[in-house]
Amino acid sequence: MNLNNIQSLPFSLPEGLLAVGVVGLFLLELVVKRKALLGELALVITAAVTCLVAMQSGGQEGLLFGGMVALDGFSIFFKLLLGLAGFGAVWMSLGSDEMRDEHPGEYYALLLSVTLGMFYMASATNMLMAYLALEFVSQVSYVLTGFIRGSRRGAEAALKYLVYGGVASGAMLYGMSLIYGLTGSLDYAVISQVMAGLGSGGVDGAVVAGAQPVIYLALVLVLAGVGYKIAMVPFHMWSPDVYEGAPLPVTALLSVGSKAAGFAMMIRFFYPAVSAYDGDGNWLAAAGVDWQSLLVVASMVTMTLGNVAALRQDNLKRLLAYSSIAHAGYMLMGFVVMADDGLRAMMFYMVVYYIMNLGAFTVLLMVLNQSGREDIEAFKGLAWRGGALPAAAMLIFMLSLAGLPPFAGFIGKFYLFAAVIRQEMWVLAVVGGVNSVVSLYYYARIVRSMYLDQPAEDAPQFVADRHNGLLVGVLAVATLVFGVWWRPVVALADRSLSFFTG
Amino acid sequence: MPEALGLHHFLLVGAALFCMGLYCVLTRRNAIGILMGVELVLNAANVNYIAFSRYGVGGVDGQVFSIFVIMLAAAEAAIGLAIVLGIYRRSGSIDVSQMTSLRG
Repeated sequence: MNLNNIQSLPFSLPEGLLAVGVVGLFLLELVVKRKALLGELALVITAAVTCLVAMQSGGQEGLLFGGMVALDGFSIFFKLLLGLAGFGAVWMSLGSDEMRDEHPGEYYALLLSVTLGMFYMASATNMLMAYLALEFVSQVSYVLTGFIRGSRRGAEAALKYLVYGGVASGAMLYGMSLIYGLTGSLDYAVISQVMAGLGSGGVDGAVVAGAQPVIYLALVLVLAGVGYKIAMVPFHMWSPDVYEGAPLPVTALLSVGSKAAGFAMMIRFFYPAVSAYDGDGNWLAAAGVDWQSLLVVASMVTMTLGNVAALRQDNLKRLLAYSSIAHAGYMLMGFVVMADDGLRAMMFYMVVYYIMNLGAFTVLLMVLNQSGREDIEAFKGLAWRGGALPAAAMLIFMLSLAGLPPFAGFIGKFYLFAAVIRQEMWVLAVVGGVNSVVSLYYYARIVRSMYLDQPAEDAPQFVADRHNGLLVGVLAVATLVFGVWWRPVVALADRSLSFFTG
Repeated sequence: MPEALGLHHFLLVGAALFCMGLYCVLTRRNAIGILMGVELVLNAANVNYIAFSRYGVGGVDGQVFSIFVIMLAAAEAAIGLAIVLGIYRRSGSIDVSQMTSLRG
């Protein structure tokens, strides 16, 4: 189905609720006396939005708002994940001492706006919509990064984010303008028709022979825009600084939310829009536009640089930033195989990554709340001074991030490597394997600090707070459960891999 | 003589603007100068959209796109200047080479 603006409204309830929530929270801040209420309201809204998205699953598919956004299995899968990311960020903010004294109405309204923008990034099927959604997410993220007044690091991080983001999205915009000029349309469906005609002389009035180099250049420029969102080398430079400077709940949202949204937008653009499906689980790049080998290199460089740089970090936020760059590299392994296998493995990995990375950030939040520090020293002897449960959870998250069995991270990596090996891309598989071994070193360093180092004599007793502890517990259990019983998530990713193109 | 002006001329202007914007971002040390470079990059794309819309087969989509871009550039400038102002109030300088509290 292809619906116009009015007909689309009943299918946009989650987005509508988020938009109402954004405006409502801004207004409520003026009248509500008990500020904690605003955060709780935001939590309820994100939970309700996630439920609304879940109710759309398995329902009708189609293009909404005259072809601007798609409602299909793929967008519903990502909206579920992004709704949960928003929920996690709001939950962490409620339990964060950093955010206690800031303007809660504005802050939670901005968190909901990022979630709304990410929803549209995952479902945009038109270059205009994709650009607007990406800029929406970016610009609100700049504000959130520098949200804590009087924080020097926050302001500096926000400026760096803004400059890198502005240039990257400007480059993407320029690339999109070239694609628009060559294909005569902003619509992914039309672009894909023109691309399919590249090998055979072109479609009437649009692409002419010899346009391949320009299209290749345009794709590289678009890659700059989405690559910066997912923190892919060489567009990753902002990420360590921003992760370190931003408030911790915002960092967590950037690492699990906007990365997943960036990948969703990237998949929609590079698969249904510029590649052709052969009906048999494989995708073919348009003739003469070989973006695959470029991204194979990008994937290898991204994971290697992320892991090597993480080795010498003492600040945990920075370490997790480099770790998340490395994980973007792993996820790109699923992206470059040009097959449904790879996309499915990526989607599964993003769920797993959400669970374990959000868990690691929440443990870090508990430690930060207690000690006011976020470096590895703050974890020293954590298990022996009252923090046995958080330390055990952190152990689970770290080993899962490193990809060891029997945790969910292992299963995720297994599917990614399986997809790569099935395409016989041996070099990529070997580089990925070596990287996983390297990454074990810095994850194990945190574990060693928690368990093998004795706490200092005067180290204060660690008291786990219940609010964050609950989230950590749920995520740790999920990491364990999905490590042995992953079929339902894989089945969901499998079912969700459908693009509605009209 | 409108015939003498073709699509290529506009694309050249767009490409030149894009390169100048990139150069400006890479070489300026003043934060406001960098923001101006970002604006140049966005406007380079705008020139392309309008030229393609006028000479190409894309209809008015390109013009609509460029109006959205102008609006977003304004929003981005507002956010950017607010951040720069915050930094200036705190440290008295908007020289990016002195922003070194985050590194490693």
